[in-house]
Amino acid sequence: MLKALNIDPGKCTGCLQCELACSFENEGVFNPSKSRIKVFNFHDQGRFVPYTCTQCDEAWCMHACPVDAIALNKLTGAKEVNDNLCVGCKVCTIACPFGTVNYNSATGKVIKCDLCGGDPECAKACPTEAITFVDADWTGLDKMRKWAARTDAGQQAAH
Amino acid sequence: MAWAKRILRVDLTKGTCTHEPLNMDWAQRYLGQRGLATKYLMEEIDPKVDPLDPGNKLIMATGPLTGTCASTAGRYSVITKGALTGAIACSNSGGFFGNEMKNAGLDMIIFEGRAKAPVYLFIDNDDCRLEDASGYWGTSVWDTEEGIKEAHGDPQIRVASIGVAGEKGVKFACVVNDMHRAAGRSGVGTVMGSKNLKAVAIRGTKGVSVDDMPRFLKAAAAGKKVLAENAVTGQGLPAYGTQVLMNVINETGALPTRNHRDIQFEGASKISAEAMAEPRESDGKPNLVRNAACFGCTIACGRVSTVDRTHYTVAERPQYQVASGGLEYEAAWALGAATGVDDLDALTFANFVCNEQGIDPISFGATLGAAMELFEDGVITAKDTGGIEVKFGSAKALTDLAELTGRGEGFGAEIGLGSKLLCEKYGKPELSMSVKGQEFPAYDSRGIQGMGLTYATSNRGACHLRSYTVASEILGIPEKTDPLVTDGKAGLVKAFQDATAAVDSAGICVFTTFAWTLEDIAPQIDAACEGDWSVEKLLEVGERVWNLERQFNLAAGFTGKDDTLPKRLLKDAAKTGPAKGLTNGLEKMLPEYYQLRGWSKDGVPTNETVSRLGM
Ligand code: SF4
Ligand code: SF4
Ligand code: SF4
Repeated sequence: MLKALNIDPGKCTGCLQCELACSFENEGVFNPSKSRIKVFNFHDQGRFVPYTCTQCDEAWCMHACPVDAIALNKLTGAKEVNDNLCVGCKVCTIACPFGTVNYNSATGKVIKCDLCGGDPECAKACPTEAITFVDADWTGLDKMRKWAARTDAGQQAAH
Repeated sequence: MAWAKRILRVDLTKGTCTHEPLNMDWAQRYLGQRGLATKYLMEEIDPKVDPLDPGNKLIMATGPLTGTCASTAGRYSVITKGALTGAIACSNSGGFFGNEMKNAGLDMIIFEGRAKAPVYLFIDNDDCRLEDASGYWGTSVWDTEEGIKEAHGDPQIRVASIGVAGEKGVKFACVVNDMHRAAGRSGVGTVMGSKNLKAVAIRGTKGVSVDDMPRFLKAAAAGKKVLAENAVTGQGLPAYGTQVLMNVINETGALPTRNHRDIQFEGASKISAEAMAEPRESDGKPNLVRNAACFGCTIACGRVSTVDRTHYTVAERPQYQVASGGLEYEAAWALGAATGVDDLDALTFANFVCNEQGIDPISFGATLGAAMELFEDGVITAKDTGGIEVKFGSAKALTDLAELTGRGEGFGAEIGLGSKLLCEKYGKPELSMSVKGQEFPAYDSRGIQGMGLTYATSNRGACHLRSYTVASEILGIPEKTDPLVTDGKAGLVKAFQDATAAVDSAGICVFTTFAWTLEDIAPQIDAACEGDWSVEKLLEVGERVWNLERQFNLAAGFTGKDDTLPKRLLKDAAKTGPAKGLTNGLEKMLPEYYQLRGWSKDGVPTNETVSRLGM
């Protein structure tokens, strides 16, 4: 089963444990500024929204890369950057419509979410289940269940 | 590691910024943040200095855990000689600023002297410089924070600043970071203003590491599990915030009301967590938008709220019709019960203004309560107040004076003196509900006896965060004690004081201690820091920090005589509730406390104690 990150901003408290976990997984230190996932604080609305690469099928970043440094991991579905090939031209950062590939000036390469090889640290670190790693074909399952519970269809039959 | 092992010294008089290595011998004995910065302050200033003199210093300090993935590990403190109290001041704040400081490779920033003209400190990792702040002088915390981010074209900068109150010398001005997180008490923002320092803006991207990473990750994960499974930190605080206490403390008969004249507030339920969750008439939405976390916090006690758009305070002012930092228990109590105001929207608005202009809502609300008593007793009249009817229960007086005090204008400038100076000015010093010049927080010590000793002996003046015996006396954490008796409270207070001083020196939030004991905390510090950090060592550090703060205050001119409470709490019995008929029995607790501390009858640490603690 292919799995995907499922983000539910309504649950997010803005604690940044996901950014801590992501930066630790990828850089070996706690450094939110190097996290692949970013939590946005829409202060005036009281909303926190975690955002990272959704591993889109079209993968504009992958197609744009002139040296084929971004490749599909068939097992996880992640589009992964190969640091040995990346030349830091940043074309992918322009191609990605969502801004989730970014340049890291410390290394001269780009960084993006690689689903941690299939075991996302951000999802494990999130204390509120705002990030979960679920069946890619059923990311809507929880929401469907929630709404299903609210409909009264079938109630009459039960009574 | 864990410590960045580097401090930044900013000489505002000369306009220089210099990096220095952290004194690691002191770090081993005072840990960080509260303890370590107090050590630096003690060594570097004359405790007798006027708090607003350039000779006073102001230190921003992180703890060794700040910036790590331990739960709540984003804290920093502001340490200085307090403008409100003239005592040692240490005000702790959450939000995201502490983490940014650590990521810029800094354990501490020491500010000394006074700038000739308004400046702000800008830090981009190793690049540190003072910039002209004349464009921000006279503007609020909110405008300053936004303006600086815009000027540098970097929305990821974190800012700690003062509002107009801090510039104008309001005695209880705070330093506010991330819009509504404050180093709130004792007038640390006033000291910052006296230095012509408007803000500190940081961008730090260096990363934070620890000594033994695999062990640390395990210890941090174990700690988070304890918080998640605990009823207070896992359920109560995220759902209701600290406001969960409003109805509880009112029923306990320990909710100071109308300047401590009463001990229960008939309007408590209207300003409680439950009320914040009630849908309102105008738009069907509740006051509370959601909960929010500080950096790294898996509790997330913070409140995000809105004021009813039809409320008189915001109806004509769209800038306040957005979500912002909502009421915490202390603020709701001070702005509400202490003033007798039960209008939740008025309280929420006043709280916004406190954040916007950087004033401590506790001291503001409590001082307003004192002013209301002066007004009702006819000691001050509308002539003194610029026409405002400063009456108990008046929401209009509350919101108007929040704005005036925030700007240091009109009668707000007098409220800005704090209750002690205000009441002295009008010849009624006994009406100031304060210790060492700092107003009480939201627990009446007639109904919770241990809090009387807590307040009387708190090194920064009346404060609940120095030894929160409410946890034991009311909530039964870690063990239930009877709030109405004095027996055993001396030992309880000392134990809480020492443990809390250690926690405040580590970089984590004291709210973790609803669930964590030092047994949960020590393994995290031990894995993160060089050296051995056992529970015993942390308690010793805590006791050392407590005694150091005491020595600072003694050197500043305080004596054992200042370890006392206002007459009202010692002589006027509680009128209602479980504590009816009781006063606070401080005289029964204090001698035993001195003895347990190893202090003389006059409250001075004996030579034996000082050498036992290796000070
Ligand atoms: S899956 Fe891994 S790389 Fe992707 S955002 Fe989460 S922690 Fe970062
Ligand atoms: S860890 Fe979860 S709750 Fe915390 S910021 Fe990330 S998504 Fe939000
Ligand atoms: S418990 Fe509350 S105050 Fe403490 S760090 Fe968490 S959100 Fe901040």
